[in-house]
Amino acid sequence: MNGWTDYLWTFLIGGGFCLLGQILLDTTKLTAPRILVIFVVSGVVLQAVGLYEPLVKLAGSGATVPLPGFGYALAKGAMDGAAKGFLEAITGPIKATAAGVAVAITFGYLVSLIFTPKSPKGN
Amino acid sequence: MADSKEKQEKKQKKEISKAYEKYASQFTPKPDYFGNGLKAFLIGGLICTAAFWFQNRLTAGGLSEKDAGTFVTISLVALAQLLTGLGLFDSIAKFAGAGVIVPITGFANSMVAPAIEYKKEGPVLGVGAKLFSVAGPVLVCGISSAVLVGLIYWFLGK
Amino acid sequence: MNKKIGKQSMLFPSGAYLRGRGTVVGKKEGEGPLADCFDLILQDDMYGEKSWEKAESKMLKEAMMRAVQRAGLSKEDIDVMLSGDLLNQLMSSSFMARDLHIPFLGLYGACSTMTESLVLGCMLIDGGFAQNILAGASSHFCTAERQFRMPVEHGNQRPPSAQWTATAAGSVVVGCRPSPGIPAIRATAATIGKVIDPGISDANQMGAAMAPAAVDTLLNHLEDTGRAIDYYDLVVTGDLGFIGKDIMTDLLIDAGLPAARVLERYDDCGTMLFSKEQDVHGGGSGCGQSTGGRADVGSGCGCSAAVFAGSLMRKLETGKMKRLLLISTGAMLSTISPFQGESIPGIAHAVALEVE
Repeated sequence: MNGWTDYLWTFLIGGGFCLLGQILLDTTKLTAPRILVIFVVSGVVLQAVGLYEPLVKLAGSGATVPLPGFGYALAKGAMDGAAKGFLEAITGPIKATAAGVAVAITFGYLVSLIFTPKSPKGN
Repeated sequence: MADSKEKQEKKQKKEISKAYEKYASQFTPKPDYFGNGLKAFLIGGLICTAAFWFQNRLTAGGLSEKDAGTFVTISLVALAQLLTGLGLFDSIAKFAGAGVIVPITGFANSMVAPAIEYKKEGPVLGVGAKLFSVAGPVLVCGISSAVLVGLIYWFLGK
Repeated sequence: MNKKIGKQSMLFPSGAYLRGRGTVVGKKEGEGPLADCFDLILQDDMYGEKSWEKAESKMLKEAMMRAVQRAGLSKEDIDVMLSGDLLNQLMSSSFMARDLHIPFLGLYGACSTMTESLVLGCMLIDGGFAQNILAGASSHFCTAERQFRMPVEHGNQRPPSAQWTATAAGSVVVGCRPSPGIPAIRATAATIGKVIDPGISDANQMGAAMAPAAVDTLLNHLEDTGRAIDYYDLVVTGDLGFIGKDIMTDLLIDAGLPAARVLERYDDCGTMLFSKEQDVHGGGSGCGQSTGGRADVGSGCGCSAAVFAGSLMRKLETGKMKRLLLISTGAMLSTISPFQGESIPGIAHAVALEVE
């Protein structure tokens, strides 16, 4: 799957998620952290009811890179685990996203310790 | 009786503040919905497309699709955090808005941004704790809802 | 002698004179239209300190010392120092007072702190409880942002109505005698404001949240003192911004004040601090339009403190203005009140200053 239509779908779906987020930011009083939570949890729910998987098949990174994709990965891990057993159903979500979360924590900690915040650039 | 009077007063207060909010909003300039939306769409789309291209390079290099996807995620997270540390991410976000907040880059930024400001409060209770001030709720809500999904699936599958 | 007049105002018949002023502002404020009014413009908002809070404290201390110097006094001549800031437990002010060794009263009135300290200071002087007092306030963009809103490096777009917490400190010396050499500027009256909450809960709508309090204070001041709005050359609010200023103007005209006089004599410190061009040059394109083509709006304790002590008081000294009514406005929200679903209450205190 490397045709230009794949790239087009990636662009459209990925951009679409961002557009939706922008509309939420501009027209509601929701702040960015709340929007992050809403996106992740809606990814979990959509995957649980079987709606997100087709989107990933269609758009690839366009569906996995935006935050609902993180929720999708969590839920997929849980569902795959559930097929194996009780404990796997519980460990599944964290296992499935372990690499990303581990890097986000470790590298984020490192960056925060090394760099100092800049004063705002004036706008 | 007294209770209902209190309720009535509360309701009246709410109506007044709603009317005032409406009154105030006529003095408030609106954000550029179209421009902001277009920028978010284009930048967000581009990030996803670039990620897709990178993933294809990796699979072409012999990685499995799953591993390639993980590498892409890791790279995006690290890049966004590095840009935050360099003080560039907020300028980019000012332009692109949700275009960089909604992709995983926004999550990565939300960890470093609060943590980096709390260096003076120490590496444990400052940086260590603040790393999760925004990301914490995301992880808590995301993981617990996913675990719930896993348990439901396990129960139904038995 | 009864010094109270009307419902919530007072006169200072024994005499409370503004003797000296000091201002320190950050880089962005120093690039604005009022640049040449300030005593010290920082090139680095850290001010050589290790944290932003320490920097704010040092700015306030420097502003205090410059005010004392300009009044031709020394630290020992000051009987009481009144000041406040936006940080929890008044960190900037208390730590500034730790260094200065002057009897200290810490005040919190959010962004209205400058007039709160000034009113109380004038009362101490007029009542004969002190010979000279220092009144001041400070705010710092980075300390306020980190406490009240979002981390500075957090990717976020500010809506057009958002205000910009000024990195600024201002202070004045009030004494029972005028300083020799400068025209005698006298505080003649003051009005203490009520907390008024119009029910706005959007933290990006501070101007709208505070405007009704400012309107109430001004109307009561005029009624209590029997003065008309054109008694003053300028009536100036603290940090209502463009939106709040428009609302205030509208509400005042609605209340029956002559429209032409209101438009001619009313202004807002927050709209004076920055220029439109700054926003456009501020870095990152697309920001110019985000504020609807208007300049950024200054807010915070330091905004009215520095604009008053830097620009407005100088206009009084040089005779460009004879009578000024300063109404600093404050939004009395806390870091947790928005999460508890509370709206933003506003407050405003007024001080009348006249050249003798």
